[in-house]
Formats: sequence, structure tokens, C-alpha cells
Amino acid sequence: MVSYTIRRILQMIPVLLGATFILFAAVFALGDPSAGRCGQRPCPPGYIAKFRAEYHLDQPLLVQYGYYLGKLFRGDLGTSFYGNPVAHELAIRYPTTIKLTVIAILCEVIIGVAAGVLAGIRKGRFLDNLVLISTLLVISIPVFVIGNLAQLVFGVKLEWFPPTAGQGSLYELLLPGFVLGALSVAYISRLTRNSVVENLRTDYVRTARAKGLSNARVISVHTLRNSLIPVVTFIGTDIGSLMGGAIVTERIFNVNGIGNFIFRSINQKDGQSVVGAVLILVVVYLVMNLIVDLLYGVLDPRISND
Amino acid sequence: MASTTKLVDKTSSWQPTDGLLLEVDDLQVEFRTRDGVAKAINGVSFELREGETLSILGESGSGKSVSAQAIMGILDSPPGFITGGQVRYCGTDILTLPEEQRRRIRGPEISMVFQDALSALNPVFPVGWQIAEMFRKHRGTNRTDAMAQAVRLMERVQIPGAKQRVRAYPHQFSGGMRQRIMIAMAIALDPAVLIADEPTTALDVTVQAQIMSLLKELQTERRMGLILITHDLGVVADVADRIAVMYAGRIVEQADVFDLYAQPGHPYTEGLLESIPRLDQKGQRLAAIGGLPPNLMHIPSGCPFHPRCRYAEDVCRADPPPPLREVGVHRLAACHVSERLLAKEGTPAQAGPAPATGAGDGGGGDAGAHHGDHGDERGGDGDMDGDMGGDGDVEGGSGR
Repeated sequence: MVSYTIRRILQMIPVLLGATFILFAAVFALGDPSAGRCGQRPCPPGYIAKFRAEYHLDQPLLVQYGYYLGKLFRGDLGTSFYGNPVAHELAIRYPTTIKLTVIAILCEVIIGVAAGVLAGIRKGRFLDNLVLISTLLVISIPVFVIGNLAQLVFGVKLEWFPPTAGQGSLYELLLPGFVLGALSVAYISRLTRNSVVENLRTDYVRTARAKGLSNARVISVHTLRNSLIPVVTFIGTDIGSLMGGAIVTERIFNVNGIGNFIFRSINQKDGQSVVGAVLILVVVYLVMNLIVDLLYGVLDPRISND
Repeated sequence: MASTTKLVDKTSSWQPTDGLLLEVDDLQVEFRTRDGVAKAINGVSFELREGETLSILGESGSGKSVSAQAIMGILDSPPGFITGGQVRYCGTDILTLPEEQRRRIRGPEISMVFQDALSALNPVFPVGWQIAEMFRKHRGTNRTDAMAQAVRLMERVQIPGAKQRVRAYPHQFSGGMRQRIMIAMAIALDPAVLIADEPTTALDVTVQAQIMSLLKELQTERRMGLILITHDLGVVADVADRIAVMYAGRIVEQADVFDLYAQPGHPYTEGLLESIPRLDQKGQRLAAIGGLPPNLMHIPSGCPFHPRCRYAEDVCRADPPPPLREVGVHRLAACHVSERLLAKEGTPAQAGPAPATGAGDGGGGDAGAHHGDHGDERGGDGDMDGDMGGDGDVEGGSGR
């Protein structure tokens, strides 16, 4: 298990190097970031020269990348075009994104798993069909439609929640968090439902009934434990992607999180900020994947991570 | 430990009268599927006494496992529905009991061992935990004590290194060991009735014998009534007291094991016995029963076996199907021609060469001649039958 973990961590290094280079090249391909820095008027030539020299923009791609890597190895994520360290920009935004992720994941686990389990044990009945149809609806509507609708209905018309979340307080983030989790809620309830249906048919669940266990125990212990293995995997990778920030949702609700930061940085062709933010995102994703794989071995003793 | 608890348990609620544990009376089960209604059990009746082993024998789809599940109360419903009959345990019809009371019977009173222990044990819990769960949930035993009892049970079913392996998972055991764990779990609360549903089918032949002798040993030790469900004639010969042969959801013959092996009273049983491969008939065709078991959605009119029966007459094709009736001492058969069958080759005691009846049995040359042979040998073998249960030779039962 320990050697497996170490091996997996070492495997992350080439992935990270590749990811940073691809990103760096992609931002480089966007063109000259100094264009349009000064609004409608062209910038003074002196300013542009200084700006280019400061960020090594006058150098070829590989040299720029080399400079970047050099800083990265010293633990420096670079400097954003606003002159702040990228690390600082990320640090002030991550708490908001984490809060948003937690809310979304809680929705997924509570609503998604509960709906899935109920649908699964009442397969073919009304509740099952209700869950199937409503999840299909959620899956088929794009997130910006759901987001804007939710904002309009619950934020503006009904005023149950603040329509925007500029401060990033937990209360403000409830609605965006729910919107963010909605799609995964749908996926998780379907995944859970199918998994429960499948497990209820297994021989060991029949054995559990033959042992004279109560129905509640047969389902909550003998069925769920096995049914939730694929669900846990899904949630793990979902945390990884949600932690990267949700560009659409954060834009709709004006959440000052990682997603918004990445969006703005791309707009400004701010290479170091984009690469820095996405780099962290990739690390989080890889780490979550590792945790999921390790957890898998714990949840299912038949799988060994050696 | 367990036996003292048993006394307490039994005096509190369930007490068999005259040793009669289980009476299944005209049980009927059907499966309502999208394609139609499959009548899986069509009026099955039998009794089980303390310390008795009843073997239910039949092909797949004959309804033996469904009967067991209906008795246990673990029939998947829907699609399975019990549409009639009674299952009386110690005199009480348990089919009418509320689920909560029914549940309390499963485990302490009636318990079950399944066919494939690898899939029947939960893959994500340690075996000891799964055994201990019986004590914890039925008797409220605490974790530590329940675990200690699980170890003792694992030792009782002869699992080497039980103490060390109590925390291992099912996939870490061999097939035979897993089946032992399954058995340990089933006998944990000292049930009065143990239903073993093809307990050895998934195992190697050598391991089969070990598991069967373990079951027999435990049964004798605890005076359990054992229902042994199998399609394997070889398995039942040593162990069973009585045999019930099932076909298309009915019991077609019920007899003491020696009588049945010596002289089948139903053409289907006869076919089953003939289809056991014999070493001394090397080079000959295996005597298989022609045709296929009926589709349970369209069971033939009259006797369900008539399309495959070499003795079939007009009366066999007409409804109602022949009832299960007394055709001899302590034996029942559901066949219009049982008497002819039983008389045909004579009783095992009489050495009756029967070429005449063999030719006249209407089944055609090969089968008839073979049949004659059979009678011959069985005649010579008759005085041995008393020892058969002990000597463990299965083929001995069908004539060697």
C-alpha cells in the first residue's frame, strides 16, 4: 500500500510537467497579452517594453517555459498581471471554491444517494419513475439554463436566497452550490439506483434475508455497503473536478472563486495565472484520484493495491 | 454453549409435537413475469421430523429451490407469489405470520445453506463478522462474545486456524472452506430445521464428500431436521432417510431411500436412476431421459411427465394429473402405472429376471433391454441394501 502510494505520487510528476507545458503553450498561442492593456488607446511603447521584459514575453516559448519551471521548482507560482503573486491570488479564492464544493458534494450525497436508494428499493414503482424522469430532465438541461433559472426564481422572484454571492459567505453560496451539484445529483441518484437494484438481486443479500436480519439491516448494511462502492468513486473524482472551480456557475452568481479567476486570466492572456491555477487543479484532481483508488481497496477487500 | 441456549429458546416458543417439525401442505407458488405466469410449485406436501433427513431431488427448474425459499420466506416477491397451501412449523402456519415474527424464525428455528458460498457470502465483510452477526442481531450478544462464538463455530466446522482466519474475507478461502463457513453461519443459532440447497454442487468431488459428512455429523449431533436439496443422486444416497422426487413443481414420488433406489415407483425416478453412469457399462450409450422438462408456463395436461414417459397411456394425458397416493408401505407416487412399475421387476428380495416385462415396457428396444439388465443385477444385490447407507457407494444403490 505504501509503495503503491509512492509509485502513484511519482507518476504524477510527468503528468504535471506535461500539463504545465501544454497549458503554457496554449496560452502562448492566444497571442500578445499586451494588446488592449490600456483600453481603447494603444499603450505607450515604454510601458509595453517594460511589461514584456518583466514577464519574459519577448522570449521564445521554450525559454519562457524554462523561466517558469525554474520559478516553479523554487515554489513560486509566478506573478499575475496585477503584480500579485499567483499563489496569493489562489489563496484568497480557494476558500470560496472549497465552500462551494462542500455544498455541492453534500447535495450530491444527501439528495443523490437518498433518491437513488429509495428508487432502487422501490424499483418500478412511482418513486422510481419520478427519480428517473426528474434526473433525466436535469441531465438534459444545460447548467447555464438551470443556473440562470434558479437565480431568477429563487434569488430574484422569491428572494429565498441572495441572487449573487460576491462575499462568498456560506449562506450566499447555498444556491450556487446546489446548482453546481444538480447535475451530479442526477448522475449519482441514477448510479446509486442501478447499483442498489443490482445488489438486491445478489446471493449475499438473499443470504442476509435468510439470516433473519431486519429489512433495514439487509438494505443499510448488506446492500448499501456494496452498492456505494461505485458511488464513492464517482464522488471522489467529482470533488476533484469541482475543486477546479465551476466557471459557468461562478460567473452566473458572481462568485469570486477559482473558476472566475481562471476565466478572467484567460481573457487577459495572463499565462502565469492560468497555468498556476490549473496546475493546482491538476494536482487536486490527481490526489483525489489517488485517494479514490486507495479507498476502493479499503471498501472492497477483493481489490488489492499492491 | 449453544445447546443450552437452544433449550431455553425452544421452551419459550417453538416445540415440535411428536417430533414433527415441519409440515408443508399443498404449497403453491407462481412467478408472475412479463411473459406470463410460471407455475413453479403446484401443490407440494411433505413432512419433516426431528433428526430426519429428507432429500428433495429433481432437475433444475423442478421447483426444489423455490420450495425452500418459500419455506424460508425469502422468495423474491414480486415476481414470486405463494398462491396456496400451508407451511406449518411446530404446528403453526408460518405463511400467515407477520413478517417480523417470520424473520425471528429464520436463523434460530429454520436456517439455510446455499449452493455457491462465494456469492452467498458478502464479499466485503470478514467471515467471522458474518457469523457473529447471527448472535449479535438475534441474541443481542456483544461484539467480542459474538466473535468468540464465531471462532468456536469455525473450529466446529473444522476450519484450520480459525482464530487467525476469523477476520479474513470470503474470497481468501477455498471453496470447501467457504461452504463450511456458510454451514457454520446456518447452524450458529442451533436451528431445528436446516435446509441445504445444493450444498455441494459447486465443489470438487472429494470436498463434496467431506461437506456431506460434516452436515450429517452436525445433524446427528443437534438432532436437526435436514432438508437436502440436490439434483445429484450420488449425494443423497448416504445421507438421506427419505427422498422426495420433484418434477414440474410437484412431488412425483416419495419413499425411503433404500426402497426408492431398489425399486422406483415412478417412471421419472426410474429414468433418473438409469441415467447414473456405470463403470460396468463402458462403451454403451448413457441412458438419458428423452425430451426436456416442461416449460412451467405451459405445463402439459394430465401427468406433466407424460410426453417423456415410456409408459404413458391415454389416462396419463387427461386431467386431472395423477394424485400423490400411497402405492406401497411408506411410499407415495403420483403415477397411474406405479403398481405395474413396482410389480414389474419384483421386490429387491426376489431375484427376478424380467426379460418379459423388459420387452413389454414399450420404451423401445434399447431402453427395455437395459432395463431388464437392471432388474437382474438389482435382484442379486438385494441383501446388501441394508448396508448401503453405511458403505457410501452410490452406484450400489442403483445396482452394480
